[in-house]
Amino acid sequence: MLAKRIIPCLDIRDGRTVKGINFVNIRDVGDPVELAVRYVEEGADELVFLDITATHEGRKTFAGLVSRIAREVDIPFTVGGGISDYTDAARLLNAGADKISLNSAAVKDPAVIDQLAGRFGSQFVVLAIDAHDPGREIPDTGREWEVYIHGGRILAGRGLFEWAREGQERGCGEILFTSMDHDGSKNGYACATLAKLSGELNIPVIASGGAGSREHFLEVFTEGKADAALAASVFHFGEIPISGLKRWLADQGVPVRLS
Amino acid sequence: MQVVIIKYNAGNIGSVQHALRRLGVQGMVTDDPQQIRYADRVIFPGVGEAVTAMKYLKDKGLDQLIGSLNQPVLGICLGMQLMCRHSDEGATTGTGIFDTAVKRFRIDEKVPHTGWNQVIIGDSPLFDGLTTEPYLYFVHSYYARICRHTVAETVYGIRFSAALQRDNFFATQFHPEKSGRVGRQILKNFLSL
Repeated sequence: MLAKRIIPCLDIRDGRTVKGINFVNIRDVGDPVELAVRYVEEGADELVFLDITATHEGRKTFAGLVSRIAREVDIPFTVGGGISDYTDAARLLNAGADKISLNSAAVKDPAVIDQLAGRFGSQFVVLAIDAHDPGREIPDTGREWEVYIHGGRILAGRGLFEWAREGQERGCGEILFTSMDHDGSKNGYACATLAKLSGELNIPVIASGGAGSREHFLEVFTEGKADAALAASVFHFGEIPISGLKRWLADQGVPVRLS
Repeated sequence: MQVVIIKYNAGNIGSVQHALRRLGVQGMVTDDPQQIRYADRVIFPGVGEAVTAMKYLKDKGLDQLIGSLNQPVLGICLGMQLMCRHSDEGATTGTGIFDTAVKRFRIDEKVPHTGWNQVIIGDSPLFDGLTTEPYLYFVHSYYARICRHTVAETVYGIRFSAALQRDNFFATQFHPEKSGRVGRQILKNFLSL
């Protein structure tokens, strides 16, 4: 049976792992390669590295880091953050990334999805979508979740579901959905929205934002119908050890890979 | 031991090289027919889109070469599919090393089949030292039908060939180079054949 995936996410700035809380405050948590290797040993199924560096020098550091990761890590990993075009993506593929995640660049020029999927295959392209539920302020208005770009700062003018469907039609292989309302809250994932998204799409959905306890992971796989769950701080700070989490999920009947 | 990785336009070939390096072996990435012919082991990797990949192989004359090799050859993912007799994706080496057809998944599950799935392993030296149903990493939208060369199976909507074997030819649909400790053991077994 296909296993549900547990994916630690490492935010990288200037070659170091950091974690943003609500997209604003930043805490330094250490060397990314060291942390990545630790996660692989603990049983992580995949890793995501997001470059949140703003400078050109920082970007070069990141490409170098991707090569180091590729040498050490023997499970699939995705890199993202600031990939603006085909050239950026190809450079990261050559550095050893298995997948890239597109976010703002795809919103601005959706054809980049077709181009990358056509050239490197759908499995290479993850469409990352950050969205906010306007219904949280004004409930029951029936408004769709709004997509944001540039780290959650700018409204993209797209709805979560229609944008995800378009991404799928254009050939992306997975959707990584982050609920900006849940991210950093540790109150659980956006399960109802995830379930709807997963039901509408024929490609895997990776849930992101809100993990605070092992029960949240159980919920996101059962109620949220997610194919994979991504989290950062609960893993970085050792609040939820991955090996224990996976054993517990297996006891609850969730298909997971135990090593 | 000289190990070559066949170079063609097919995704993340570097990851196979890294996996070999972690086993203490320096894999050479090449599209030179001579280097390939005289290597001790040949790995035919690949992930992604088949048609461009196949064109590259044909242009270099490698499509015919692969089927004529006598040393152990390991096809991975797209590499494996290109070694089959027929493909829905419209691209095979045409050598039909493995007597089976590659079909597109038409199932209720999500496609591509992405992630770690259990592999029911059969009798093959590739699987020495493994437990019966290990998890291995897959990512593919096409699958090879079960045939007389199937040595491992996986179920995803349908039962398909997770690994194939015929004489000196071995192939896996999953990615041993991305499958952690278990994948490492499979690559090690291939090198020890």
